[in-house]
Amino acid sequence: MSSQRTFQHDISVVLAGEAGQGIATVEQVFMRTLKTAGYHVSATKEYMSRVRGGTNTTEIRVASRPIAAFVDRIDLLVELNPKAVDHVKNRLSSSTIIIADENSVKDLPQLVLTVPFARIAQELGDRILSNTIALGFLAALFDIPSQELIDQVRRSFGKKEGDIIEKNCSAAQQGFDLGRQAAFKHQLSVQIERNPSVKKEMIVGGHEAAALGAVVGGCNFLASYPMSPSTGVLTFLAQHADEFGIVVEQAEDEIAAMNMGLGSWYAGGRAMVTTSGGGFSLMTEGLSLAGAIESPMVIYLAQRPGPATGLPTRTEQGDLDLALYAGHGDFPRAIFTPGTLKDIFLLTAMAFDLADLYQVPVFILTDQGLLDLYHTLSEFPAVTVKASNHIVKTTPDYKRYKFTDSGLSPRGIPGFGEGIVCVDSDEHDEGGYITEDSQTRKAMVDKRMKKHGLLLKDVLAPQFFGEKDYKKLILGWGSSFHAIREAMEQQSDLDTAFLYFRQVYPFPDMAIPLIEKAKEVVCVENNASGQFAKLLRRETGLAVHKKILKYDGSPFSVEELVRQI
Amino acid sequence: MAKTIYDFPEAEISWCPGCGNFGILTFLKDVLAEVAPDPQKLVLVSGIGQAAKLPQYVKGHYFNGLHGRALPPATAIKVSNPSLTVVVTSGDGDMYGEGGNHFIHTIRRNPDITVIVHNNMVYGLTKGQASPTSSRGFKTPVQANGVILEPFNPLAVAIALDASFVARIFMGFKDHSEEVLKKAILHKGFSLVDVFQPCVTYNKLNTYQWFREKTYFLDSSHDPKNRAQAFQKAIETDKFPLGIFYQQTEKPVFEDQLVAYRDDKTPLFERKPNLDRVQAIMHKLRQ
Ligand SMILES: Cc1ncc(C[n+]2csc(CCOP(=O)(O)OP(=O)(O)O)c2C)c(N)n1
Ligand code: SF4
Repeated sequence: MSSQRTFQHDISVVLAGEAGQGIATVEQVFMRTLKTAGYHVSATKEYMSRVRGGTNTTEIRVASRPIAAFVDRIDLLVELNPKAVDHVKNRLSSSTIIIADENSVKDLPQLVLTVPFARIAQELGDRILSNTIALGFLAALFDIPSQELIDQVRRSFGKKEGDIIEKNCSAAQQGFDLGRQAAFKHQLSVQIERNPSVKKEMIVGGHEAAALGAVVGGCNFLASYPMSPSTGVLTFLAQHADEFGIVVEQAEDEIAAMNMGLGSWYAGGRAMVTTSGGGFSLMTEGLSLAGAIESPMVIYLAQRPGPATGLPTRTEQGDLDLALYAGHGDFPRAIFTPGTLKDIFLLTAMAFDLADLYQVPVFILTDQGLLDLYHTLSEFPAVTVKASNHIVKTTPDYKRYKFTDSGLSPRGIPGFGEGIVCVDSDEHDEGGYITEDSQTRKAMVDKRMKKHGLLLKDVLAPQFFGEKDYKKLILGWGSSFHAIREAMEQQSDLDTAFLYFRQVYPFPDMAIPLIEKAKEVVCVENNASGQFAKLLRRETGLAVHKKILKYDGSPFSVEELVRQI
Repeated sequence: MAKTIYDFPEAEISWCPGCGNFGILTFLKDVLAEVAPDPQKLVLVSGIGQAAKLPQYVKGHYFNGLHGRALPPATAIKVSNPSLTVVVTSGDGDMYGEGGNHFIHTIRRNPDITVIVHNNMVYGLTKGQASPTSSRGFKTPVQANGVILEPFNPLAVAIALDASFVARIFMGFKDHSEEVLKKAILHKGFSLVDVFQPCVTYNKLNTYQWFREKTYFLDSSHDPKNRAQAFQKAIETDKFPLGIFYQQTEKPVFEDQLVAYRDDKTPLFERKPNLDRVQAIMHKLRQ
């Protein structure tokens, strides 16, 4: 079958294979190769909670402009295991081109380009090389000079021993030659505009963005217990602990992690804990302790679908209620909900200063979908907050919980100054000593709750996208950002605007008039109950007219939002 | 009573008259005055319970956290500023029950902290339920027919985990207690001191007299470097040995092994983020 096809502007390539087949490697090398050629690229993953087998996919989008959303559409499907086509069947269209092994040819209506992956890999002596052959094949379709491809392969496998590098180069070259032939035979061409400046851009992922943000925010203590999808940050910081001078400890459980974090802040550290919903559930008593002892704390809560173990490797925005209500008793907190990699970086950095300044727990609420996103990025935003402690040198008469007009008591630490620093999870007096005096109790609660007002004063305003005279207003928070933006671009409906919340608590009240102004308010959330809509109602009394909810474990796609908005 | 820098006469002590905690408080302050003469460099850490209130009655820094959770913050405090001396005081329920997992793993970690467990074999603050160390048959309002569980043996567990310093004292023997406690605090690494402490209100079984009769001092025939012998001593329950069961100095200390302190000994509060390294990583991401 010969069918002429030209791809313009934007192409979506999906790599599908078993866990252990090395898709992630192809993804990384392919992205770098494309970037070097001047294409904007982004990648999103979905994978099973298993170490071998199953079907995992990576979607790589290549475009003439920055893109980052997930699309259902598949233009090119590379099938490395025979089950893959079935796995993504709902996303195939008649124009999808399937690249598959010669032995797994199926009777499909689509154009199927067969490649002897297994045979070549076998000739080269290693089954795993199929992925590099696929890489070569794809590079050819994108008209990348073969030398550039080989350079990238060398760079990527450079640390490997023996003949692994040479075998990979040979696999890439053979894949490349076959790709060239196929492109010629079927008259396939990619005519996406390239931009030489992309060459110098970074390729950034969510985990790195958060970890680097933490470092810039002055993080120097991390105690965590591994749990997907939060583990990437733990791993990154552990691997760089030495150059950044960060104490990193894998705690025996999340309870220990949280309580270690609080001990560190008490002694002058700037601590963060990283976890997911289940682990955070174990941290909630410690969260309440942060409230009681007025300790700063940064909680990086990477969401995945619950309840309980749920879908360990998939995505959801289902833990907003948890972050909002966790911990017994009344105490203030702030919740950041970054929706872009830039914001993950920025808000993670800012979380340390905010927590330190107001002596409160601050959440960074992300999710698997956003964290496993990679894309080209020219710069991280500049961070202007202080990355050093808001601590005071104590005097002999120092009292940790001194009543002040603002509600903030200057925070001292042991061993810095001449005072004594006492913190207590029991209700306490100004000196930190246990008290049951009802007046002191009330005054302490009032003092702690005053900080809610301070947090509100500094709250991040939601970002507005659209024309002034909108009728319909979309509300989104966190990871739905890119899909909403791209869906709106496609619709180009001047009546529709978008309000993106990067901080949901304290609720930014400057949003109220913007919401009131809309005739129709639509809330987009990756959860089953509309947790943000509930928060909106509780804090402002405002109701949304429509909720677009998704809770099957996958992120919103641009197409489904175009249909539903 | 000797006056020490750690005395805090204003403290309103909420222990029952006659409680064994008073004795511990007295000799702990004496010992601290000697081995930790700069109060600025001492932090007491506790969980929740009657024993855990001890830091309230000492003039010094303290972190009085959650029930069962004294060890994680104590470890983090030590690690965040290794120049501090960190001493934990908590009850047997706190340390061996609610905090059992931290007990195990903090021993494995081996930070240079001292852990004093006021072992009264009962839950004091919550009014007399069984604790992990209560004897079989001990009756309480909850264990109405008597405890049917085997008592937890903290010393045997600690020695099994190769803890670096393991000792037991009875608070009624002040001089001996002071001597052991001093060594515990000066020991570099995790030190466990399990303290027999009578609870006069809720434990009518394990009284002052009972502890006197049921204990004896380890003598010079015991070699604290001998782990097997230490274990053997730890599982003696007819009469409970007192003294230093086990001590070793070879075990690496947690904070000394952290890469964060390898080239730079600055405590965390004096550190600045290494932005040049951040730039270097970003540069790499561009390649
Ligand atoms: C999470 C939690 N569970 C239960 C309690 C109630 N509680 C406080 S102290 C305590 C036990 C006290 O026993 P122990 O630790 O042996 O100390 P003691 O009072 O005997 O000195 C309990 C169960 C609590 N404060 N927190
Ligand atoms: S209840 Fe027992 S342990 Fe608590 S203070 Fe009274 S005597 Fe001491």
